[in-house]
Amino acid sequence: MIRSALKPALQATTLLVASSLALAACSKKAPAELPPPPAPTTTTEAPPPATPQGPAPGSQADFAQQMMGKDTIYFDTDKFNVDADDQAALAQQAQWLAKYPAKKATIEGHADERGTREYNLALGERRANAAKNYLVSLGVDAGRLTTVSYGKERPVALGSDEASWAKNRRAVTVTID
Amino acid sequence: MKTAALPLIALILAAPLAAQTASPAAPAAQPEGGLTGSVSDETPWQDLGIAIPTFPTNADVPTQASAGSTAALGKALAQVITADLKNNGLFKPTGPDALPQPSFGQVVAPDFGIWSGRGAEMLVHGYVRAAPGGNLTIGCYLYDVALRQQLVKGGWEVQPAEWRRAAHKCADLVYSRLSGESPFFDSKIAYIAETGPKDHRMKRLAIMDSDGANHRYITTGQSIALTPRYSPDYGSILYLSYFNGSPRIYVYDLDKGTQRLITQSKNPTFAPRWSPDGKWILYSMAAAGNTDIYRIPASGGGTPQRLTNTPGINIGGSYSPDGSKIVFESDRSGSQQVYVMDADGSNQKRITFFGGRAATPEWSPRGDQIAFTHIVGDLRIAVMSPSGGNLRYLTNSWQDEAPTWSPNGRIVQFFRTAKGSGQASIWQVDLTGRNERKLPTPVDASDPAWGPVRP
Repeated sequence: MIRSALKPALQATTLLVASSLALAACSKKAPAELPPPPAPTTTTEAPPPATPQGPAPGSQADFAQQMMGKDTIYFDTDKFNVDADDQAALAQQAQWLAKYPAKKATIEGHADERGTREYNLALGERRANAAKNYLVSLGVDAGRLTTVSYGKERPVALGSDEASWAKNRRAVTVTID
Repeated sequence: MKTAALPLIALILAAPLAAQTASPAAPAAQPEGGLTGSVSDETPWQDLGIAIPTFPTNADVPTQASAGSTAALGKALAQVITADLKNNGLFKPTGPDALPQPSFGQVVAPDFGIWSGRGAEMLVHGYVRAAPGGNLTIGCYLYDVALRQQLVKGGWEVQPAEWRRAAHKCADLVYSRLSGESPFFDSKIAYIAETGPKDHRMKRLAIMDSDGANHRYITTGQSIALTPRYSPDYGSILYLSYFNGSPRIYVYDLDKGTQRLITQSKNPTFAPRWSPDGKWILYSMAAAGNTDIYRIPASGGGTPQRLTNTPGINIGGSYSPDGSKIVFESDRSGSQQVYVMDADGSNQKRITFFGGRAATPEWSPRGDQIAFTHIVGDLRIAVMSPSGGNLRYLTNSWQDEAPTWSPNGRIVQFFRTAKGSGQASIWQVDLTGRNERKLPTPVDASDPAWGPVRP
């Protein structure tokens, strides 16, 4: 269940990174004139590792597969504390990161839709930071970890119900290939 | 005296009407019979019938205005004015489609018998004529039909592309004269245009006139854009963008089409706001999980000054109209609540004690109220006094948030999210809470922010 909830989040991340890189290469100037809407970002090809059999060791795909859903931790409403389940998940992440000491990772913080937009941006940041702090306490170099908050802008579960909101209050660790 | 408002129109040449037409009309009287009072009272205003027939032209000539020739424009003007006055729920205007068209001469000498026979209490007349250089001169007169008196008049010379502004100016003139409130129709709104699936919404910065016309996208949608705020001079927009992958606040220059970060810090920044004089920018910045409110000179450069310093999330912020105080949101007590502080960060005091959570406070430009989002399960738009008293709900829906004010502090604008689909739309509600309407936008829309009335 968690795994199915997780997959879109990972894809979303890859795409966001890809599109921001693309942007960085372009002019910083935003067009003044009404531009045609670009094709939905979902059609951007996310570059999957071209490994025929299983992901390459040390890749983000490898990380996602090894974690089996434990690349994501979940939070209670309005909370950002790391509980026992989260600690176990973060310990697994730390192990993987210890195995690949050159790898960097971004922790994405998210909130459910039942809060105001700006507060949720700050709350997502707080959650991502809580996950980061715990990883650092387990020995991961803080310089390898960055955080980014999406507030309530990138839900992974689409319903407007408690079960969906619980899946969306999350911090997802994404390693950078 | 009423025409004294005209010289304020800086970009547009003021063209007082008396000088243009050999007018047999008596100068505008200042009768006691005009309606006054606050539109936030409970009086039912909707019964005030206003007839707004087509504005005739002295000669039907082609123009470069989107509405066509001067004659076609005369009808379009009356339609825009009718829509403005109808949409705020205060009046019951009847537009040109259902009314006889006056002659050019009748604009200054109405046939009051026709209009009283139709039950109109107020009458708006106006005219269009081609001005030298391709511009248009548009006149606007408000008459009290029962008194057979002119209440107010105005005239504007506009470029063809800006013809709708003349209609908004005329609607503002009528609204102000009849309600006693400040004008607001001739203003613009910045907002976020949303398209795509719920888990991957594209969010673009967009602008439009206060009635939804002249819509324009500012950003392409490649980076998420959120929470815009028009500068008081309409020259730029503060907003949040994920331009380089993380959320940070930019100032977008509307003339040059360029943008700059408001602070070079690598930390995420949120919730940008202007000071009423446009000299300061408030923003919130996260560091090590905590978020605090800062201010920085809008001119660029300068050292950010940190205004809050408590564990937790301090975010948002909205200046009182005189710039001396800031209302903001903090969860330092354990949940989101609204606080007020002096503009330098001193004297921080919590003002909301209603139960539930209180978020996104915005000080009315009149200073008398603070609009905010009240969260008790559902999110609702509410107002309160600046001391935190007199809680009043303006909406009752599943999820309404992020109120901002009309320039005259009489209408609150917010966005409503639909349960399930997550689709967002912009709504306006007056301070009685009874007149609520959805703003027409080409696609889904959120985070509306009104700019001031244009000069």
